[in-house]
Amino acid sequence: MTKIYVPRDAAALSMGADAVVKAIVAEAKKKNADVEIVRNGSRGMLWLEPMVEVETPKGRVAYGPVKPADVPALFKAGFLTGEKHKLCHGLTEEIPYFKNQERLTFARCGLIDPLSIEDYRAHGGFEGLSKAINMAPIDIVNEVTTSGLRGRGGAGFPTGIKWKTVHDAKADQKYICCNADEGDSGTFADRMLMEGDPFCLIEGMTIAGIAVGATKGYIYVRSEYPHAVATLREAIRVATQANWLGRTIQGSPYDFELHVRMGAGAYICGEETSMLESIEGRRGLVRYKPPLPALEGLFGKPTVINNVLSLGSVPIILAKGGDYYRDFGVGRSLGTLAFQLAGNIKQGGLVEKAFGVTARELIESYGGGTRSGRPIRAVQFGGPLGAYLPEDLLDTPMDYEAFMKVDAMVGHGGIVVFDDTVDMAEMARFAMEFCSIESCGKCTPCRIGSVRGLETMERIIAGVDRERNLGILEDLCETMTDGSLCAMGGLTPMPVMSALRHFPEDFHRPVQAEAAE
Amino acid sequence: MTKSTLDVKIEAPAGCEELARTICAAHDNRPDELLEIFHDLQHDLGYVPEETLPVIADVLNRSRAEIYGVLTFYHEFRRTPGGRHNVKICRAEACQAMHTQDLCRHAEEKLRVKFGETTADGKFTLEAVYCLGNCALSPAMMIDGDLHGCVDKERFDNIIADLDRGAAA
Repeated sequence: MTKIYVPRDAAALSMGADAVVKAIVAEAKKKNADVEIVRNGSRGMLWLEPMVEVETPKGRVAYGPVKPADVPALFKAGFLTGEKHKLCHGLTEEIPYFKNQERLTFARCGLIDPLSIEDYRAHGGFEGLSKAINMAPIDIVNEVTTSGLRGRGGAGFPTGIKWKTVHDAKADQKYICCNADEGDSGTFADRMLMEGDPFCLIEGMTIAGIAVGATKGYIYVRSEYPHAVATLREAIRVATQANWLGRTIQGSPYDFELHVRMGAGAYICGEETSMLESIEGRRGLVRYKPPLPALEGLFGKPTVINNVLSLGSVPIILAKGGDYYRDFGVGRSLGTLAFQLAGNIKQGGLVEKAFGVTARELIESYGGGTRSGRPIRAVQFGGPLGAYLPEDLLDTPMDYEAFMKVDAMVGHGGIVVFDDTVDMAEMARFAMEFCSIESCGKCTPCRIGSVRGLETMERIIAGVDRERNLGILEDLCETMTDGSLCAMGGLTPMPVMSALRHFPEDFHRPVQAEAAE
Repeated sequence: MTKSTLDVKIEAPAGCEELARTICAAHDNRPDELLEIFHDLQHDLGYVPEETLPVIADVLNRSRAEIYGVLTFYHEFRRTPGGRHNVKICRAEACQAMHTQDLCRHAEEKLRVKFGETTADGKFTLEAVYCLGNCALSPAMMIDGDLHGCVDKERFDNIIADLDRGAAA
């Protein structure tokens, strides 16, 4: 029997993976071939999706992107034994894009059947939790502190310090909340992990629960991710059944139960306090800090709030030790980051590398440049609230501090590439528009500032009193940066001002007649 | 001709109050499960009818203002019925880098509606969305929970045509 892997990852499905499975099953039946189809996660080479892998004695051989119509020819070429075909890329793990990565958090993603506990354990799964069960909670916290792990959601706050605060807090109930409201354009790593290795997140959250004394956890997933929601719910059911969740986990004194909550299309709910409000069934209005959620979080109780990838990095930190993880990376940016190559990119996908790799290496060596084949003009790093950098700053190493020096942020590792057809004044206008649509409305700089910012950008583009309006724009951005309650209003000026700083010519273009509608 | 759904008096689906009560009970009448309750209602009815709000407020022991406030905060929840198929096109940065603006314009022309509107035959509602997490395969689109990547005009037309045939059958 031949094992064939066809991803169930949403990106693969978006390119017709289900139809490919049907075609393979039908062709196998016709040819009387004995095949077993495994629906794995994605390996992250998304331009090859649906990427079909066939298990051979030498290893898994990749074919992609496969369309249903290619299937008969693949069978004819002998793909069941890994033979050559124009869609064949050889052994998956020898593909340079994949081979040169440092897969720690994503080690299992795409490799295993995401819902098989046996598969998970066969690849090192639950090693971290098994260790944690026999450790003193404070030692778990210390291990995470040693690893140097910083919040992977974008803010980069040291995870160990956050855990220590919750650990030290006294309360009858504590919570672990996973922020899976991955709303930033250009990011999909959280989704890939939830769909491709959900037990990894479950394990990380359980370890967090043991470390800080929390017995309940919530995963807040955006409604735009129905596949991730379904996979997580099923994974929680399977893990509970196998006693990796629930009461007295694996005979230990620890209980941990996990719930999935689905968002409802509000970008702001990715802000941690807004997310807490949403989990409590309210409007997603940002809360004032202090009190810190670590002390008064969900339902007023001490709460660890971490991003999917922060929690997903915890199992390997526990399994292999904080030192092992810390030895990747540079300076104060330790470990690896799942960089996501997106937008106008030829070879888009996920590249997990140690911090310190340059943006250019990622975009050019891995990404292969733009999909359109035109020159790169601008790259947005770290989501819609991140800066646009010009081509000549791409040699900046990807680490938190180096990016701060160029007034940008690494954030969640999202990298959105634009070619030379982009109009950066339009991108600045859009940043303000997006903020005006998604602002929770609680604080004035964000609620009103974004609307005024949008109007001002429209005037600038229309050529109305440009110099004066550019002055107003800068003034508005300063107010939003300094006066907003959270990062939504506080960072919207980052894309706007970086566009203005690096691409001033786009703000001074002759007005196009067709622009007036 | 496109009718704006807001101008039309909507008849609440029969038994929607009872359904709301049942759904709330399935969530143990917990106020923190309000979003899940709205999701369930919308799943069953296609939108959240105004008539269900007093019922929900009552069983969750919250004010009607709070319930209304939550419903209207979240973009995902519909307060009026939509079309049979919900076409969401991503308009965020990564998709803009692959010219989603052109796709959006094409979709509006093809379906003869603006964003936020439903086609006159009630088959399609066109909506904007900001990121579907498919940013390496932009532009992305989601129809009734099915994700589509690298959507160009031709692919858009084919997908819509398939659904149109299915809806007619």
